[in-house]
Amino acid sequence: MPRSSFINSTLSLGLLLLIWQVTASIAASPVLPSPVLVFTTLIDAINSGELPHHLGITLFRLAISFFLAMLLGIAIGLALGRHKQTNLFFDSWLIILLNIPALVTIILCYIWFGLIETAAIFAVVVNKLPNVIVTIREGARNLDEELIEMSVAYRFGKWKTIRHVIMPQLYPYIMASARTGLALIWKIVLVVELLGRSDGMGYQIHLFFQLFDITSILAYTVSFIFVIQLIETTILNPLDKQSQRWK
Amino acid sequence: MNQLNVNIKLKQHQHHGDENSFDVIKNLHFEQQSDQFICLVGPSGCGKTTLLNIIGGLDNNYEGDIQIDEQIGTPNASFVFQTPRLLPWCNVLENIQLANETDISPDTIEQLLLELGLKNSLNSYPHHLSLGMQRRVALARAFSVNSDLLLMDEPFVSLDQPTARKARQLLLTLWQTQPKTLIFVTHDIEEAIQLADRILFLSDSPSTIIDDIAINTPRSERTSEHINSFRNELRTEHQHLAHLL
Repeated sequence: MPRSSFINSTLSLGLLLLIWQVTASIAASPVLPSPVLVFTTLIDAINSGELPHHLGITLFRLAISFFLAMLLGIAIGLALGRHKQTNLFFDSWLIILLNIPALVTIILCYIWFGLIETAAIFAVVVNKLPNVIVTIREGARNLDEELIEMSVAYRFGKWKTIRHVIMPQLYPYIMASARTGLALIWKIVLVVELLGRSDGMGYQIHLFFQLFDITSILAYTVSFIFVIQLIETTILNPLDKQSQRWK
Repeated sequence: MNQLNVNIKLKQHQHHGDENSFDVIKNLHFEQQSDQFICLVGPSGCGKTTLLNIIGGLDNNYEGDIQIDEQIGTPNASFVFQTPRLLPWCNVLENIQLANETDISPDTIEQLLLELGLKNSLNSYPHHLSLGMQRRVALARAFSVNSDLLLMDEPFVSLDQPTARKARQLLLTLWQTQPKTLIFVTHDIEEAIQLADRILFLSDSPSTIIDDIAINTPRSERTSEHINSFRNELRTEHQHLAHLL
């Protein structure tokens, strides 16, 4: 990361903290605790082992549903983007899936499958899947036909074509849906936990809501903002750089 | 032996969302001896690319058949397209390796690239090469593959004259060291006279062969004067070809 952009983001975050601090001291109300108080609560929650436990469980659900949604979404999106007839046939299904409110799928999953882990993960996947499909389908429609024809002429075969000709072209679309996907899945996992699980961040936040513990709600929020930043800088950005090497 | 028999009765193009179709190729037959170099010359839009795609097995939607050594089937062909069509995310070495079904040793590729004046570009990405160099990589890819038939579709179009001349010379050198049955599409009659054993002239679509001319002069004697006089001879003796010369 260039020095200037590091300084930039530090300054920008610093400003945000300052606004928070000033507003909190003016309001001087228990519903808006100051950043210092939130951070001490955060440290306590980490030390007691409570936060790592719930954060870990949420991250586990997040990871499984993220990879399931991405894998299925890429396969289905690619199939729909490459086969006009199939796409025309299933297009209305996709529109229905895209527009069912998340809450409805979550509740239906719990009713149909029971309050179990599988239902929770399935509900998250169903919510994320249509978005991945739509993005990947767009990418699959824009594939370079000349390169595909070249791979046929040189008898690449199915897997070689997918790996060396199609995937590199889909990569920007995959990265885009991974980024938006991560953000969306976070939000849905928390709702899923709130409605039908007895652990995880969503469950905890629900508990704090009932106790009216705003400081803890903010402390938990800060902790997963931190985790998302970590995923962005240690996984997504290096992946981006790696794939853009040839440019 | 890679003797080729092309026998296309009819090839139609279907317009999208349209019941009408129009004939691109009709009653086109020719035979090609093993390791013969044929140039196909015809007006633009007459279906030369379609013809190559049929011969190479990329297009199976036609009436007729293609035979190689009297066996009906898809010949094992390698292509050089109008644009280089290299994978931009693979370097030169990977591009050539990927085209080969069996593993090809980097030494063989290096030798091939050396002959084509690309020995320092083994690890370069296509973006960093000039168009002329990319076309030479495409040529190397086609020759690296163990194929019965080489199909080239205006491979040196949009190169400047000196670069194109050099590329043609390299092609001839490669072809003479590794003889292959070769079909080369061009609209440049001088290029055809310089390269070919035999030139086939195609009509407007529905295209068919309107003339078949053998060139017996050894390639070393095909100077620009010779090419010009050959062309003038064609003009006077084959008046119906005047629009292609």
